[in-house]
Amino acid sequence: MVLPGVLQPLAGGQSVLTAPAGGAVTVDALLDAVTGDYPVLARRIRDETGALRRYVNIYVNGEEVRRLRGLETEVAAGQEVVIIQSVAGG
Amino acid sequence: MGTMANAESYILAIGTKKGLWLAHSEDRKEWSLTGPHFLMSEIPSIGIDTRGESPRIMVGVRSEHWGPTVAHSDDLGASWTEPEHGAISFPEDAGAALERVWQIYPDADSRPGVVWAGCEPISVWKSTDGGEHFELNRGLWDHPHRSEWGAGYGGAAAHSIVVDPSGEKVHIAMSTGGVYRSLDGGASWEARNKGISAYFMPDPNPEFGQCVHKIAADAAVDGRLYAQNHHGVYRTDDGGENWESIAEGLPADFGFVMLTHPRRSGTAWVIPLKADGERIPPDARLAVHRTDDAGASWKRLETGLPEREYNAVLRDAASVDTAEPVGVYFGTRGGAVYASADEGESFSEVVSHLPDVLCVRAAVVRGAAAPVPADAAAAPAGG
Repeated sequence: MVLPGVLQPLAGGQSVLTAPAGGAVTVDALLDAVTGDYPVLARRIRDETGALRRYVNIYVNGEEVRRLRGLETEVAAGQEVVIIQSVAGG
Repeated sequence: MGTMANAESYILAIGTKKGLWLAHSEDRKEWSLTGPHFLMSEIPSIGIDTRGESPRIMVGVRSEHWGPTVAHSDDLGASWTEPEHGAISFPEDAGAALERVWQIYPDADSRPGVVWAGCEPISVWKSTDGGEHFELNRGLWDHPHRSEWGAGYGGAAAHSIVVDPSGEKVHIAMSTGGVYRSLDGGASWEARNKGISAYFMPDPNPEFGQCVHKIAADAAVDGRLYAQNHHGVYRTDDGGENWESIAEGLPADFGFVMLTHPRRSGTAWVIPLKADGERIPPDARLAVHRTDDAGASWKRLETGLPEREYNAVLRDAASVDTAEPVGVYFGTRGGAVYASADEGESFSEVVSHLPDVLCVRAAVVRGAAAPVPADAAAAPAGG
C-alpha cells in the first residue's frame, strides 16, 4: 500500500506498507493489516465507523475503489494499492 | 517585568481555517507570534488549561482530508501530542463518526483533570485525564430530542458548556436545539429555552429547536447566564427556567459572541452583527459592547478598532483572560485579531491577514516563557 508523503511520518517514515498475502483480500482487510501498528494513520484514512474518509481516495489497479466495490474491493496478492488525497478545499 | 521569575505574561492562541498561531506578550499590547502550527488544518476549538504546573494547550484539529482529532501541548507549542486512538472517538454502538470538535472547556480549579468537549455531531464529552481521553455523555446522546436537533449553517454541534462551581449544574447550548440543563452533573438533560425566540420556526416559542449561538455564566450570581441567540440577547436569573431580553441598547441583536467577566458579576461583552441576512457589523463599524449591569445598559467600545469592517466575528473567536483588569480578545473572519488590556475600553491589533479566525483563547501564564518558534513540521503529520 503506497502512502502519500503527508501520511508517511505516521507510518514511521515508510512510503510503502506491505502485508503478507495468502490470496486475495479486501481493501478493508488490507487496511486493517497494514495500519494495525499505526493507529493514528488508521484514523486518518477511515473514521471510527470504518468508513473511508470522504476526501481520501484509494486506487486499485488505477481504479478508485468507490467505482468498484468500495472497501470490499478485492486486492490480489502482489497488487499495489495507492492512497491519494483528493483535491479539495481552498 | 518579564525578567522577574514570578512575573506574569500572556499567551493568546489563535485558531484559524488554516492552522494555529500562538501569540505571547508581557503587556498585552506588544505581541510576538509563532506559527503556523497544523498548517492547512482548521482549528475550530482551543482550551488552555492553566490548572497544572505548566499550561496545557488543547486544540481541536480538523483536516478536510484526514478528519478531526485533538492534540495537546505542554510546552507552549514546541511539541504536540495526539493520543494514539484519538482523544474523542465515538463508541461503536453510537454508529457515528466525529466530525469536528467545537469546544474544549477545562473545568473548575477544584476539579483538576476534568475537561469537557462539545462536538459535531451534537454531543458532549468529558475527560478526567486532562483532555487525553474523553467519554461520550450518554444522557445527551440518548436524549429523545436528538433526532429533532438540526444543523445550523456551520454544522450541528454542541458549542457551549458551562459548569457551575458545584459541578452538578451544567448548561450546554447547541445549534440548533438551544439550551439544555443538567442538575445531576450531566447524567440527564432538559431543554431550558423559555423566552428565547425561534422566529424561524412555525412555532416561534418551542420547547427546543432554538439557535442559541453562545451562552456564558455570570461571575458570581448563581443561576444567572447570558445568551447570544440567532437574533436576540438574553439573560436568565434562574438557571434557564426563564430567559428575558437584554438586547435594548445594542445596535443589533444578532451576533455570535457572549463573554462574561471571570470575577465581576453583571459584566458581559457581545459583538453585534447587523442581521442574519447581513452578517456584517452594523454600519460596517466593528464595535464591542459591554454591560456592567447585567444587560440593563450597554457601552459601545471601538477605540483602536478599524473604521471599516465587513467581516463577522464567530462564536468562539472571542475570549477573556483572568488578569486584572481583564483582557478581551477577538478575531475576525478577515484574519485580524485585536486585544484589549482594559476590559474593552481600547484595543490594539495583535495581527492581521491571517486565515479566517475560528477561535481565540487567552491565558495568564507564570514566568516569561514564550512559545518557541515552531514550523508546521512540529505538528503531527497529516493533522
